[in-house]
Amino acid sequence: MKILVCISKSPDTTSKVAFTDENTKFDENGVQYIVNPYDEWYALVRALEIKEAGGGQVTIVTVGAATDEAVIRKALAIGADEAVRIDADPKDAYYTAMQIANYAKANGFDLILTGKETINYNGSQVGGMIAEELDLPFVSLAEKLYVNGSSLTLEREIVGGVQVVEVNTPAVISCAKGMAEQRIPNMRGIMAARTKPLTVVAPVAIEELTSYVNYTMPNAKSAVKMINPENMDELVELLHNEAKVI
Amino acid sequence: MILVYVNSTNGLSKSALETVTYGKKLNDSVTVITNGGASTDLLSSLGEYGASSVIIDRSVDGEDAQQITRLIASTAQSIGANTVVFSHDLIGKAVAPRVSVRLKAGLISGAISLPNSDGTTKVNVFSGKAMGNVKVNSSIRIISLLPNSIQPEKSGTACTVEETSGNAGNAAIKVISTKKPEGEIPLPEAELVVSAGRGLKGPENWGMIEELANLLGAATACSRPVADIGWRPHHEHVGQTGVAIRPNLYIAVGISGAIQHLAGVNGSKVIVVVNTDSEAPFFKAADYGVVGDAFEVVPRLNEAIKKFKAAQH
Ligand SMILES: Cc1cc2nc3c(=O)[nH]c(=O)nc-3n(C[C@H](O)[C@H](O)[C@H](O)COP(=O)(O)OP(=O)(O)OC[C@H]3O[C@@H](n4cnc5c(N)ncnc54)[C@H](O)[C@@H]3O)c2cc1C
Ligand SMILES: Nc1ncnc2c1ncn2[C@@H]1O[C@H](COP(=O)(O)O)[C@@H](O)[C@H]1O
Repeated sequence: MKILVCISKSPDTTSKVAFTDENTKFDENGVQYIVNPYDEWYALVRALEIKEAGGGQVTIVTVGAATDEAVIRKALAIGADEAVRIDADPKDAYYTAMQIANYAKANGFDLILTGKETINYNGSQVGGMIAEELDLPFVSLAEKLYVNGSSLTLEREIVGGVQVVEVNTPAVISCAKGMAEQRIPNMRGIMAARTKPLTVVAPVAIEELTSYVNYTMPNAKSAVKMINPENMDELVELLHNEAKVI
Repeated sequence: MILVYVNSTNGLSKSALETVTYGKKLNDSVTVITNGGASTDLLSSLGEYGASSVIIDRSVDGEDAQQITRLIASTAQSIGANTVVFSHDLIGKAVAPRVSVRLKAGLISGAISLPNSDGTTKVNVFSGKAMGNVKVNSSIRIISLLPNSIQPEKSGTACTVEETSGNAGNAAIKVISTKKPEGEIPLPEAELVVSAGRGLKGPENWGMIEELANLLGAATACSRPVADIGWRPHHEHVGQTGVAIRPNLYIAVGISGAIQHLAGVNGSKVIVVVNTDSEAPFFKAADYGVVGDAFEVVPRLNEAIKKFKAAQH
């Protein structure tokens, strides 16, 4: 099975979020980038498990600049066979998805996996967009994925529960918690990653459908009001009369 | 023309009413497109929230994003929609990106406000630690609205309901089974949420948390380690890697308030924190704080609510 895993970078979850250039650019000063957790823990590791069980090839693809190669090497160290970097700034989800769809079209994959969402822009957009462009089924927020020949059995999250569905390959799947367990790269993997193929591909011309004009910070919380633990009547009274939520 | 997609397979959810209200506030005529088996009477009540007509395709069951996409795109084209509105829920997240590609229309994913006068619309970024203003460069725009960002508002009367079929093609996804606990409030839609963490020591201690939730009519949630060790079901896990929620009230008991937890709950309007440790980071994000032992504070709070409810009657 030929599997393509879409990998994006995201700031380490403890990074300070600030903006520069009159709040139009994310301030990267001191920010550590990691592989977006959903892409790494769930999509990539499940792809490797499928390959280990049934053979095949796992390719990772990222749309990003040369500086993202550290993140790509980490994904290779976990076990992907090869990496492709599409050399462009992934400013808009549509732009990013069309780049990946274009690469996938030319190279033919049985399965395309994405993470549930990126934790910086939280759009949950790229997977569905790739699927539409390739005219493939899309199962979103899958928590389990099993392969039987050319048929996939998946568990996906639905409102208040889970559903088991079947779909044939080729298909696009977005991966959520439950798919697999995080793998820590070992020394051998890290050494091997240095020599695995990393191909740089030029982007195709695509218009951006959206743009971020600027950013704002949420209003600062007013100071917390402390309540005597003996006096829960007071808390109930405040929630009713002051906060008006009960 | 505004087209609003509503999934009415399981009746009309609050987020469905929010999206119709949102469409109405865009100051244009609102058509609702839906699928599934909802009754004509129920659907015509969407007129009260601002819809001028509802179109339903009963041959589409709402399980396959590709099929729903074809239905929405063909309806958008036939009515000449300039805006398509979704709820940013599980179905919206699967369908809106597809419709965006099909119509070549920019998607504002997870909007939390109406568009400003310059057309930019606010979305949460960096797990709610900041907000971005997004502009659409295409002639059609798609907005998926984060649940609980606006309140449903009644402004009109019942509207017409029209049946359609034949525009959606076949489904590629086959549903084998569906497991859904009965009677629970789905977490992303809950207005009140009671949540607990590792401070509760073990799954056997959740009785008082469930009682508190029942008294308030709230949904229950938990921190990630609690779901990971199996004290609570996975769908209750909130935070960066779990569900992101923005209820009116979030009560957090025995949760330290790690940044990854806050990422999923910091959109809550009011936060109450109960923790033995006055230095717990959660207090910095709280509106009301109680430093105390959950095993004493929660039963006391439950009694206080019972007293309050009795006095209301
Ligand atoms: C990439 C990444 C993603 C993550 N995603 C998530 C996520 O989505 N959601 C999430 O929740 N976590 C997430 N985490 C984990 C997170 O960092 C914290 O470890 C976790 O939230 C802590 O859970 P907790 O508050 O229940 O437990 P603890 O940190 O152990 O806190 C327990 C709290 O209970 C208090 N306490 C103890 N006894 C009592 C008592 N009797 N009464 C009252 N209070 C008491 C303690 O003072 C303490 O503050 C993530 C971590 C990483 C690295
Ligand atoms: N720049 C990128 N390069 C490769 N894959 C990406 C990129 N951005 C997003 N993705 C993939 O698309 C998923 C959803 O991203 P998003 O739509 O931004 O929430 C991610 O989890 C990744 O798998």
